[in-house]
Amino acid sequence: MSGTGTTRAAREHARAQAGTAAEAMPILPAGSWPEPPQGVDPGELTWAETVAGGGYASKVLARGTTLRLTDLEGDACANLLLFNADQPWERLNVADTVKVPWQAYLGEGHPLLSDQGRVLGVIVGDSSGRHDALCGTTNFATNRERYGDGSPQGPSPAGRELQLLAAAKHGLGPRDIPPCVSFFQGVRVDGEGALRFEGSAGAGAAVELRIEMPAIAILANVPHPLDPRAGYTASTLEVLAWRGDPTGPGDALWSASPEVERAYLNTKDYCDGRGTR
Amino acid sequence: MSPTIDPTVAAVSGERVDPTLGTIPAGEVVLDQLVAARAPWSAVVAAGDVLSIVDLGGNQAVDCILYSAADTSERYSAPDTIAAQGRIFLTTGSVLRSNRGNALMTVIADECGNHDTLGGACSKESNTLRYGHHTKHQHACVENFLREGARHGLGKRDLVSNINWYMNVPVEEDGMLGIVDGISRPGLTVTLRAEMDTLVLVSNCPQINNPCNGFDPSPVRMVVTRP
Repeated sequence: MSGTGTTRAAREHARAQAGTAAEAMPILPAGSWPEPPQGVDPGELTWAETVAGGGYASKVLARGTTLRLTDLEGDACANLLLFNADQPWERLNVADTVKVPWQAYLGEGHPLLSDQGRVLGVIVGDSSGRHDALCGTTNFATNRERYGDGSPQGPSPAGRELQLLAAAKHGLGPRDIPPCVSFFQGVRVDGEGALRFEGSAGAGAAVELRIEMPAIAILANVPHPLDPRAGYTASTLEVLAWRGDPTGPGDALWSASPEVERAYLNTKDYCDGRGTR
Repeated sequence: MSPTIDPTVAAVSGERVDPTLGTIPAGEVVLDQLVAARAPWSAVVAAGDVLSIVDLGGNQAVDCILYSAADTSERYSAPDTIAAQGRIFLTTGSVLRSNRGNALMTVIADECGNHDTLGGACSKESNTLRYGHHTKHQHACVENFLREGARHGLGKRDLVSNINWYMNVPVEEDGMLGIVDGISRPGLTVTLRAEMDTLVLVSNCPQINNPCNGFDPSPVRMVVTRP
């Protein structure tokens, strides 16, 4: 007789699996993460998870949270979407994110703007410098053409397919998914407007974002659409988040540019009106 | 069929335009309409039909989002379009792709040579960031998209990064980008072939704070022909 032939035996079998370590998994409580960032009290950690290449994760984050993404092995590509957690029809707008700051390339100090003229998040640290706000992520059809498959259950999931699944868990559907930004695989534009893929900065590069409004964060870790490698190449992404304060009028970031300052004024105005501290 | 001329159109523009301008391909004319300055417009263009957009006054940004008429959750995707063509500008040969990677329309002729799909649409909200809170109550493209989209069951969730016909947005070597003076002129036409039945949602951009409309919004002509 097998070890799972009765309900009691099946329960024992199931329970015996707990405590297994996987390469990609959430750690709960987040404060038990073995290597908290320097200067961060482990008790302040609110998210600790590793996401395999081809995987996704999502979480609702409080205003003021720092979100740190690390490309552990050098082949991660963190496709990020942000939504206002309270009214998710307000969401990341990549066009405004490049147009309003007059800058197509993401880097330290760059705001991630919503379609309502507010700051969903801002990049506060960046040891990579290889990011992209232009190309979005992959879809099922292009992955099927390039890798033979694009389905979430297959060996080469498309970013859009994973975003659909993550979004569904927040009550959102296909109409709710706008273009995303991505971290750790760089793209540049030449003088004629041609796109040039620059790849990653190598293992260990990290980006830190400060979340400025209560936000749903959706991360899909899949190869960049312009990644020229024949094989589906995506390595593990580390995700850590911890509590903190939102950017305020005394911070240098608040008044980094006139456009950003007005975005922060709008954000604070919204949060004040709503009673969100 | 001659253009349906709204007598208020030229007055709104502040300058007279010739509504017969444009290079219209041969074929049966299915539709020939003027879009007043600052106004929205929409139409379903059947697969195989050709849409000509004529910049009557010169340097008039025409903000545009495309949807599959059969299932509007499939819609234009700027990132899928530029990633697939490896270039940020739209011109002849550009395949306008959906969020599922499918071809919605193809640019089959372009007298201007360079159109934007990075800059997005102006909104009252983003105007407050770009120019100051005194612009909050100025009309904007998102208002046009919302009003015209509602006629087709579309709402705010359905607005995504769009195309800006005739708008000039260069990216410098250091990544600096911005809307600069246009390179279009009166009568220039861009011509699109529908690859599937496509709902075309347009805002004839009312922006007056940057050069996207030459600081003077003007009417445009939309012609659908059947080859």
